[in-house]
Amino acid sequence: MSLPQDNDPKFAAYAHPEKLVSTSWLAEHLGSEGLVVVESDEDVLLYETGHIPGAVKVDWHTELNDPVTRDYLDGEGFAKLMSAKGIKRTDTVVIYGDKNNWWAAYALWVFALFGHEDVRLLDGGRALWVAEGREFTTEVPTPAPTEYPVVQRDDSKLRAFKEDVLDFLGGQLVDVRSLPEYTGERTHMPDYPDEGTVRGGHIPGAQSVPWARAANEDGTFRSRGELEEIYRHEKGLDAAEPVIAYCRIGERSSHTWFVLEHLLGFENVRNYDGSWTEWGNTVRVPIAVGSEPGEVPNR
Amino acid sequence: MTAGATAELPEALAAIVEDFTALSQTDRLQLLLEFSQGLPDLPERYTDHPELLEPVPECQSPIFLIAELDDAGGAGPDSVVHLYFSAPAEAPTTRGFAGILHEGLDGLTAAEVLAVPGDVSDRLGLAQAVSPLRLRGMGGMLGRIKRQVREKTAG
Repeated sequence: MSLPQDNDPKFAAYAHPEKLVSTSWLAEHLGSEGLVVVESDEDVLLYETGHIPGAVKVDWHTELNDPVTRDYLDGEGFAKLMSAKGIKRTDTVVIYGDKNNWWAAYALWVFALFGHEDVRLLDGGRALWVAEGREFTTEVPTPAPTEYPVVQRDDSKLRAFKEDVLDFLGGQLVDVRSLPEYTGERTHMPDYPDEGTVRGGHIPGAQSVPWARAANEDGTFRSRGELEEIYRHEKGLDAAEPVIAYCRIGERSSHTWFVLEHLLGFENVRNYDGSWTEWGNTVRVPIAVGSEPGEVPNR
Repeated sequence: MTAGATAELPEALAAIVEDFTALSQTDRLQLLLEFSQGLPDLPERYTDHPELLEPVPECQSPIFLIAELDDAGGAGPDSVVHLYFSAPAEAPTTRGFAGILHEGLDGLTAAEVLAVPGDVSDRLGLAQAVSPLRLRGMGGMLGRIKRQVREKTAG
């Protein structure tokens, strides 16, 4: 059973307004039957310091990733995780997190790979809930296990692999990393750990649109009009043509994937989660350096 | 706990490793949270001069640290080391790592700090609960502490 849509006028302009809720909507619906709130953070301990009452935690590193292969959970693993978190297949799931909802968007994208139908983001994420002085608790819920069905992950529509990107060169690629990462000046985010990439630069032909351009100061998404201005007009992206977004490990590009897929309604958007930590380490793949998209090699 | 997890560790750090590895995965996170809450505040002489602290870019979240040596009569291997950290409340994991290093190393001599094995972060049994990537930040802190101590005893 789905919860009603948030009729916030800001959301109404988006292509899929049902994918976002405001902090006031969430505060009003907390505790509703059929609603599960999920916190997904970069910091694995942040949830423990206090979270939205009733929220469960889903950690990207330790719960959504396969512990051995660089991949996500399989169908059995996801069903087990959902059961442990008390999430039913028909539940409305609202995800929020730290760092402008990067990891929340990442989790939402993984939920989408498993076809969980009603999964939404909290606009503004954890920071806005804090800024508004809303209620937090350290009480950890102990949900009753659910009978979540085993659904095989479908990577075909929303996920791109390195081979897909090689075949896609010349298509609409969006690099959402910071400018020094795009130009090749550095291989990781300023002030972040270097995850070990041996080459700097970007995928030839990729446009640079740092993820943060889609966010307001308070972490909420920019309006439909502002987003159209950036992605459609300034960058000339065509909503009817396929797009692949990437970053360093796929978390910041999940944020942009959400914007293109759900807020602007692009028809075919994939997230390349291998991103620069795969591309920048792969032998003989083409790379462009500098501030221009660069020449796309003939293949 | 695997044999050798506490080998060559100073007493306080060995006790911390024993505490962590005796717990279940979930309880290890709780203990890390307690370390993050127990991290002492920066003394005023550093809150007024944050530029004196060294950033640790290996961590996911911004953290700054400084190692001080009691240097009455000149800093040497027997000088006592004091550690100070600054990390925001929104970064409890990083604060937890700092709390462990503070409790485990503060008050040791320079020679003892320099002798701490570089793989301490791998011995806490946190790789599964926290993830190896996040743990790398703690190794980065220890490396920077040891470098500061080495530089300050060299002169």
